[in-house]
Amino acid sequence: MYFPEQDNHDIILNESDIDILRIHSLETFGTHDGPGIRMIVFVQGCQFRCLYCQNPDSIDIHGGTLVTIDELVSKALKQKAYFGKEGGVTVSGGEPLLQRAKLIHFFDRLHENGIKTCLDSNGRVLDDYTKDLLDRTDLLLLDVKHINPEWHKKLTSLSNTTTLKIAEHRESTGKPMWLRYVFVPGYTDQEEYLHEWAQHFSEYKTVERVEIIPFHQLGRHKWELLKMEYALADTSSPTTEALENAKAIFSKYLNNVVIK
Amino acid sequence: MESLVKSLEFKLGVWKDSINVHDFILQNIKSYEGDASFLVGPSYKTIQLWDVCKETLLKERQNDGCLAIDTEVISNITSFGPGYIQKENETIVGLQTDMLLKRAMKPYGGIKLVESAVAERGLKVSDRVVDIFNYAKNHNQAVFDAYDIEIKTYRSKHVLTGLPDNYARGRIIGDFRRVALYGIDRLIAEKKSDKAHVAGEMSDSKVRLREEIAEQIKALQDMKIMALSYGIDISKPAVSAHEAVQFTYLGYLSAVKEQDGAAMSLGNVSSFLDVYIQNDIEAGIIDEEQAQEYIDQFVMKLRLVRHLRPGAYDAIFGGDPTWVTEAIGGQLHDGRTKVTKTSFRFLQTLYNLGASPEPNLTVLWSEKLPQGFKDFCAQVSIDTSSLQYENDDLMRDNRGSDDYGIACCVSYQEIGKTIQHFGARANLPKALLMALNGGREEAEGEQVVSGISEMDDEVLDYDTVMKSFKKTLAEVARVYAKSMYIIHYMHDKYYYERAQLALIDSDPKIDIAYGAAGISIIADSLSAIKYAKVSPIRNEFGLTSDFKIEGDYPKFGNDDDRVDSIAQEITTIFIEELRKHKTYKNSTPTLSLLTITSNVMYGSNTGATPDGRKAGESFAPGANPMHGRDENGAIASLNSVSKLNYNDAQDGISYTFTMVPKSLGNNLEEQVGNLTTTLDAYFGRNAHHLNVNVLNKETLLDAYNHPENYPQLTIRVSGYAVNFVRLSKAHQLEVISRTFHDTM
Repeated sequence: MYFPEQDNHDIILNESDIDILRIHSLETFGTHDGPGIRMIVFVQGCQFRCLYCQNPDSIDIHGGTLVTIDELVSKALKQKAYFGKEGGVTVSGGEPLLQRAKLIHFFDRLHENGIKTCLDSNGRVLDDYTKDLLDRTDLLLLDVKHINPEWHKKLTSLSNTTTLKIAEHRESTGKPMWLRYVFVPGYTDQEEYLHEWAQHFSEYKTVERVEIIPFHQLGRHKWELLKMEYALADTSSPTTEALENAKAIFSKYLNNVVIK
Repeated sequence: MESLVKSLEFKLGVWKDSINVHDFILQNIKSYEGDASFLVGPSYKTIQLWDVCKETLLKERQNDGCLAIDTEVISNITSFGPGYIQKENETIVGLQTDMLLKRAMKPYGGIKLVESAVAERGLKVSDRVVDIFNYAKNHNQAVFDAYDIEIKTYRSKHVLTGLPDNYARGRIIGDFRRVALYGIDRLIAEKKSDKAHVAGEMSDSKVRLREEIAEQIKALQDMKIMALSYGIDISKPAVSAHEAVQFTYLGYLSAVKEQDGAAMSLGNVSSFLDVYIQNDIEAGIIDEEQAQEYIDQFVMKLRLVRHLRPGAYDAIFGGDPTWVTEAIGGQLHDGRTKVTKTSFRFLQTLYNLGASPEPNLTVLWSEKLPQGFKDFCAQVSIDTSSLQYENDDLMRDNRGSDDYGIACCVSYQEIGKTIQHFGARANLPKALLMALNGGREEAEGEQVVSGISEMDDEVLDYDTVMKSFKKTLAEVARVYAKSMYIIHYMHDKYYYERAQLALIDSDPKIDIAYGAAGISIIADSLSAIKYAKVSPIRNEFGLTSDFKIEGDYPKFGNDDDRVDSIAQEITTIFIEELRKHKTYKNSTPTLSLLTITSNVMYGSNTGATPDGRKAGESFAPGANPMHGRDENGAIASLNSVSKLNYNDAQDGISYTFTMVPKSLGNNLEEQVGNLTTTLDAYFGRNAHHLNVNVLNKETLLDAYNHPENYPQLTIRVSGYAVNFVRLSKAHQLEVISRTFHDTM
């Protein structure tokens, strides 16, 4: 069985104790979630139930640990020298937007200290909080997991409507974003949808980079530990040819497509 | 001839009237701010020659790491006739002996060690040589004549270890550039003048200096003779790039023909040679390929330097290192960069000849280095793991000179002006255990330190332990200083480095380079005592055999001031204690936090420590946090080490950092950017040294199992690099177990 749906996210995660974030873990030398060297805050809690989730232990909104924004800011300051010109702090997850009100506060504090902000999101929630947060987000990494609503639902249990609306909103603000796409054989490798996905964003001016992330089995042991049923247990990593093909398709519509 | 004349047009300065290579560089350096795109691959001759070397190197490995030994000749500057690899392809000539990779006996450090090294290979030192030492005294005998009981006890109980009392101390860097710039005749004239100035009423030091200069003059004369055996006249200054490289190498070769010091470092020759090379290129005498060939072939020769070592030596200095350390880059006080095209050419040898541990290429990192050079260094690190980095901004400011090299692993040495006396190191965790055991050594219970109270507390009390530990450190420092006085007194007397010192000012400033091993164990142990509950488990003799730790405690390597401050404090205490004592030739005490590969040996000789480390477990190398205890990622680990104060450890604070390529970024461009940013940030915090490995653990495991597939796999250890496959299996496993920063 997969992790069950959970309610009342906004009260539990977004609105209570504004100075405290619920996090899954921290990474101090992140080089794969945004440019340069970054501190990555993986927040706890997610509403998506992605079949390929690499961090299923970050789904439960009651899990993780509580950490004050003060503490996170002071940790970031200790690493600031390593951020250089490009790097900064990335909030990833879990799904950061579930704690968007708190993150507004966090990002303001980072900006006050001259640290750049990046948000890695699946685009689950769009409200005024989200918009305020995106205003404070120097770079948005938006994971658009599938362009077809049914496949998206099959893959994540939820629709992609809000995700696409967030992309549209970001575009309207003129601030930069990177799109991310996890390439899973049998789930996200259909050529017609690859075309559709890329075409959807082809007129966007704020997309600076597109990252194709190959599916891998490194998160598998976590599923076993959590005793959850892992639908992709037998799925293998994509071949180089398949990835290059996807890259070629995306590149017909979009610039700066990279395979991670 | 016109073009040749042009190539000799150097800008004049005080260097013309006195021996002052530094001034020559200031007047003539051609700083280069560009990128690596001008570099070329190896020449045909270089490829041919290196092929011969690779085959011979393979034979050496197959022969258990030693190809051949000459058991007849005592090696000095002139004792071997000329040796060649493949004469028609050799642009730069000169071998230590008459045959490639043949090792020579240099028995003045200690004939016993030479005899055992030869015997281990199933050979025998010739009767003639053995007989000579029935009459002649050597350094090793002399030191033990003068040692007292206390020193011998500290030594045999592994409190002071690796002392250069039975092998040559090394670390003295001759200014080999002087041979090229001035020619030997001028250098002899200057030395004669120096000697004449040591006049008037005699004193011990004056007599000694007069004798030393006389030895130096003889060495200079011998250098000329040796060079002539290759048909090269080095009596006059070099007049071309080819001569400049060749003369400089012959200066270095003289040193390694006569001395087998642990570290025989080269200095900082690249940007000096660049003056000649760029002149010849601009004059149309040579092209880039020829320039690269000189450097490739020079570096090839440096890779082939060998010394005769016994097996036991491998425990302290694993992988048969020679520390031909060459410092590259850095900035001048006046703001110009010392980076030249030849700095790039030296790094390019790692592509043209493949990765290699020697020469020990050390980049002097400044925030202000040209970006093109920074990027190329990072790329070379990522591709070869063969570089180490030291903080030029810190050393230039703190030590004063902008013309310095790195002796051995990490130690600053102003070229031609200062030298250092190598002091190996003290085992700090051993000292802590003595503090907890009433001054007794923890393994056999022998009383080593007197005046330390017995401690019968069930749970260790921080203040009590600190008091006892400080007292122990004071005693260790006292005995350590005595031993060093004796060792260097005798080394000068019986195994004087006349070849190197002939190329150094006659009365140089001297640092006495003490060392300490196990700083991270000390920090963690004291932190455990302070923040957790540590109960010693004592055996029937009342000696600590293990420690029970209840609760958690802050560990060094996590950017936690509570424990990092302990590491700082102990370093300060120890150097202050060392500074209280008299030194030979009034040398200035410095301290290193460095272990070389002896961290494995220290571990096996040291009982369980209060941080939870079990008896026999390896120490972390240098100033590294203990394996796996730096749980908060690479930056926290780097930050902890950077807090150690260079003023307290001016001989160097070594940190070896291993990352998997993927963790540095997704592609080479990102990886280069992230590595240069990391170096800027780390050194911006006044950190001193960083060894950078960019490797996958799987590669090392595969090399462990299939060494034949990895002849040139190079890995940085503490302050130097080794061919991974030439390390002992124990050292290989230790390297593999070391923290890989992969998840960060």
